[in-house]
Amino acid sequence: MSEAVIKIENLGKQYRLGQIGTGTFSHDVNRWWYKIRGKEDPYLKVGEENDRSKKGSSDFVWALKDISFEVNQGDVLGIVGKNGAGKSTLLKILSRVTGPTTGEMKVKGRIASLLEVGTGFHPDLTGRENIFLNGAILGMTKKEILKKFDEIVDFSGVERYIDTPVKRYSSGMYVRLAFGVAAHLESEILILDEVLSVGDADFQKKCLSKVGAVAGKEGRTVLFVSHNMAAIKSLCTKGILLKNGLVNYEGDVQKTIDKYFFDGKDFDNSGIISDDVRVFNSGEAKFTSAFVIDDDERQTDELYFKQKFKIKITLEVYSKIEDAGIWICLVNSNGEQVTFSAEGKNNYESRILEPGTYDFEVEYDIHLMPKKYSINLSIFHFKNGASIDLVEGTYYFSVTSLTKNKEGDYPWNMVMGYVEPTTNWKIKKI
Amino acid sequence: MTKQQQWDLVIKPQNRWYKIDIASIWKYRDLLFLLVRRDFVSVYKQTILGPVWFFLQPIITTLTFTIIFGNLAKISTDTVPPVLFYLSGITLWTYFADCLNKTSNTFVANAAVFGKVYFPRLVIPISVLISNLIKLAIQVVLFFGVWIYYLNTNSTIHPHWSMLWLFPILVLIMAGLGLGFGILISSLTTKYRDFTFLVGFGIQLLMYASPIVYPMTIVPEKFKLFILLNPVSSVIESFKYIFLGNGYFSWAALCYSGIFMLVLVIISIMQFNRVEKTFMDNV
Repeated sequence: MSEAVIKIENLGKQYRLGQIGTGTFSHDVNRWWYKIRGKEDPYLKVGEENDRSKKGSSDFVWALKDISFEVNQGDVLGIVGKNGAGKSTLLKILSRVTGPTTGEMKVKGRIASLLEVGTGFHPDLTGRENIFLNGAILGMTKKEILKKFDEIVDFSGVERYIDTPVKRYSSGMYVRLAFGVAAHLESEILILDEVLSVGDADFQKKCLSKVGAVAGKEGRTVLFVSHNMAAIKSLCTKGILLKNGLVNYEGDVQKTIDKYFFDGKDFDNSGIISDDVRVFNSGEAKFTSAFVIDDDERQTDELYFKQKFKIKITLEVYSKIEDAGIWICLVNSNGEQVTFSAEGKNNYESRILEPGTYDFEVEYDIHLMPKKYSINLSIFHFKNGASIDLVEGTYYFSVTSLTKNKEGDYPWNMVMGYVEPTTNWKIKKI
Repeated sequence: MTKQQQWDLVIKPQNRWYKIDIASIWKYRDLLFLLVRRDFVSVYKQTILGPVWFFLQPIITTLTFTIIFGNLAKISTDTVPPVLFYLSGITLWTYFADCLNKTSNTFVANAAVFGKVYFPRLVIPISVLISNLIKLAIQVVLFFGVWIYYLNTNSTIHPHWSMLWLFPILVLIMAGLGLGFGILISSLTTKYRDFTFLVGFGIQLLMYASPIVYPMTIVPEKFKLFILLNPVSSVIESFKYIFLGNGYFSWAALCYSGIFMLVLVIISIMQFNRVEKTFMDNV
């Protein structure tokens, strides 16, 4: 087993809310008075879990609390969490931009952080001068930069502009150059925060593969924060989910991502339909479970792009229904219906259901776009449309932008539409 | 598995305030050099006159002083020609004032960079001292030019040649005072900005409390001690004494300035160290 290069113990970071002014001065005086008498800081005790939507009773808030984890050499750790979960604060402490309030962090090796590209670029200096300056700020020596200079220029593709002040650069060129410098840092530990959300698709791909190379071949340790789950999944070997300043989950990447997606929804994704999502029930019948199975007949909550899938539904009928109609909708994360299909020979026919338990298998022949989905189910009286059982938003599942055999991956960050129809493009030059 | 590991870096909530990490500053010497270069080069980018501006600044100040304090207010310059007198006063003073001014907003002005990457924060104020040193060198060349001219044409100037070796020490004291006051103010102003209001007119007031536009000889006896309490005064007087043979020189006063500078630098670096870790949360 490889050794730990970062060890974090009970790390906490407290922030004060509100403005700094005469009010905070009295806090400072008070704190100083406690310190002189050898007592503990009185304001460290107050403060509650960091939930920004709720009004708290204290002016102090813990952006991070009791964070403990280890990172081993060669790990690529993906840090995920919603806005305000404490990701950036954690990275700031790791990269020594700010100090922790409590706890301890131990590091082995040199850390280079890339919290935002282009740090320290001076607009009046040329690209060449800025490469050296930026490299030095990030911790490289002049010799190291000289050695990598050609590589950096080549990587960023701005050779023609290298002796022009960077203020004349397009924003894309600026970012390319900045990332080029950062990507060629020679440090044992690299910290990346959302830097890949810049540049065009082509450059993003280049960056991703560079990060992959840094981690994989060179055996360096990478800490990576992103909201791009596809990137996290393809790069990281380990994941950490932060929630309101606490470590919610640590371990397998896939599980971390799942937890991140389905977090906050009262649903365990076992496929069993809880009464929370049952909008209406007449007592005649009830859907008891619904889940997605992939083309290997395994239950899953994540499908590859273009992967064939089926939905398995279990229905319990308590009294005989003469004219049962059943439909299923896939809905997006806003609850909007994306697909609709009804059961029956020509889709719109009723059937007679005797009391008992029924299994349905709905096979789909569509390509869902890489987004998150959930299932709506309904059984109703065909003749008058009266509902028997209506379930909205059960079983959350997602489609990744990767295909199963990694061919024809969805290439862009932005996903448009929900269903990819089979199309036939004919092009003729006029 | 739980073997003792060697860690390169351990971060705890409290900085050891007495620890000045010279080694890590040395590691970042290339950054220091590049920052100096940046400061120097970016000043005259997109200007036609370029580095000539470094000459014009003291020339114009000297002329202004000569007209206002010499011709209008008719303040005595002893036996020294007014132009040389004012120029000798402002050469070191400008260095001190520039260092103080630029280091006093180290944290606030560099918040964007400090908020993104770590490097020893002290590199920035030190780079300011060095880049101002280049500016000082240019202005000293100007001073020497004027000095040599008067040396040949005016018989009232009698430099103390044997004490020329003191000049670098004078520069060092000025650098230390500028750095000390500057970073002390910058670390006091991260949370409460009150002191920033003080810097601008504070420097101006201090200039009038230093023998720059007037010679020590016209200061009444009872105020002399106050003027000499200002650590800048004896440095400027020593400079005049060495190069012009005119002015007040005492080893005691100079030692006072030197010790004042050392104590100030130590205290301010301690304060700077204490603040540098968490200032990002307050700026």
